[in-house]
Amino acid sequence: MRQHASYWAFVVHRVSGIALAAFLPLHFWTLGNALSGSLAWTEAPLVKLGEWLIVVALAAHLGGGLRVLALEFLPWRDWQKSLAAGAAALALGVGLALALAL
Amino acid sequence: MSYRAQAALWVAQRASAAVLAVCVVVHLFTIIYAVRGGLTGAEILERTRGSVGWFAFYSLFVLAVTIHVPIGLRSVCLEWLRWRGRSRDFVLILFAAILAWTGMQAVLSIYI
Amino acid sequence: MKVRVKRGAAYQQFEVPRHPSQTVLDVVTYIQRVLDPSLAYRYACRVGMCGSCAMMVNDVPRWTCRTHVDRVAKDDSLTIGPLRNLPVIRDLVVDMREFFDKWARAKGDFRGRQTKEDDFAPVPPSSEPRQLADAGIECIGCGVCYAACDVVKWNPDYLGPAALNRAWTLVNDVRDAGRLERLRAVSGDAGCHACHSHVSCTERCPKKLSPTGSIAGLKRAVAKAVVQGDL
Repeated sequence: MRQHASYWAFVVHRVSGIALAAFLPLHFWTLGNALSGSLAWTEAPLVKLGEWLIVVALAAHLGGGLRVLALEFLPWRDWQKSLAAGAAALALGVGLALALAL
Repeated sequence: MSYRAQAALWVAQRASAAVLAVCVVVHLFTIIYAVRGGLTGAEILERTRGSVGWFAFYSLFVLAVTIHVPIGLRSVCLEWLRWRGRSRDFVLILFAAILAWTGMQAVLSIYI
Repeated sequence: MKVRVKRGAAYQQFEVPRHPSQTVLDVVTYIQRVLDPSLAYRYACRVGMCGSCAMMVNDVPRWTCRTHVDRVAKDDSLTIGPLRNLPVIRDLVVDMREFFDKWARAKGDFRGRQTKEDDFAPVPPSSEPRQLADAGIECIGCGVCYAACDVVKWNPDYLGPAALNRAWTLVNDVRDAGRLERLRAVSGDAGCHACHSHVSCTERCPKKLSPTGSIAGLKRAVAKAVVQGDL
């Protein structure tokens, strides 16, 4: 079924949320080890990719979350339907910023 | 669970979301700054060791995560896994404990 | 054109002549009157006022009397089915009882506190609560939003956009005496807190209402009541 923008914003928000929930304990554990112990294995491309994916998921989830907060706490206006686009733009921006940094 | 408790969960979810919005932005900027600046692990630790500020910030971050993630997963469990009731809530509380534990371990590792 | 109609578990295909300005309701009516009299479907006013003709057209809930074939027919074909998320009685006819039961569970009824001895209640139309209520009262209970909502699909207890929208209009009715009871009725896992702002209801509402906005209002009202210890 062809869906509208807000629906996809929800899907991205939920999937990124699940991904973050799944990887956060691992992220916490990795972080503790990375800074205090041997750093070498964290330079591995797979680890870097994992960390980049977490950042993108975080930015996507933040964008979606801001959309939800705007919809729920601001009085309803028609332009709020376009918030999905704003959320996506935010996520993309952050993902690019980090990609360029890496 | 009473409707009052469920409503309170919603309030806690949105409140922790607001806290996380700030924490995440600060964290992302910090990470991007550190990576672009080519900071090594040792250099990062130099700045965080003994810093009450960073300890407080990341402890608040972990607390907000511990509240926000399980409540978020609660809806997912109901809607996509058809999982409801005490067993679900029990497992989510357990998950919150795991997040708090691993989170604080990571925070302590940059403080001590 | 080829029209596939969902009847029970399977689809039955019909060949229906195409006309200019033809609506999907015209198509269904043609099938029933000319091709297969056993087809069950609902309609009443056929001019976009009653909402009885709501069905799934190419998987989208619509008023069939207000849906022009030219706008929805892809490659000269159409798929028509009963409204989603409701039990099917037969063919295109659904059982609306659960929809209205949830309306009642959300306390979508007015509780007055005055008698005929009292004077009229002065409610300025420009006052904020009245404007908020007015934005949602045009709902005719057609069920399109209910069919569009994925949370309704995933959570059978969820009261749904229409019931919650109605509750919101009453929460904003200054004459109503049942505010707190209503806020209790709409909170929780089956109430407004289950809404994830997919905005499908608002997208599909043929009256251009915004149940998303109404539900957000309920969330704010309930949160305030919880924080103030009223709930």
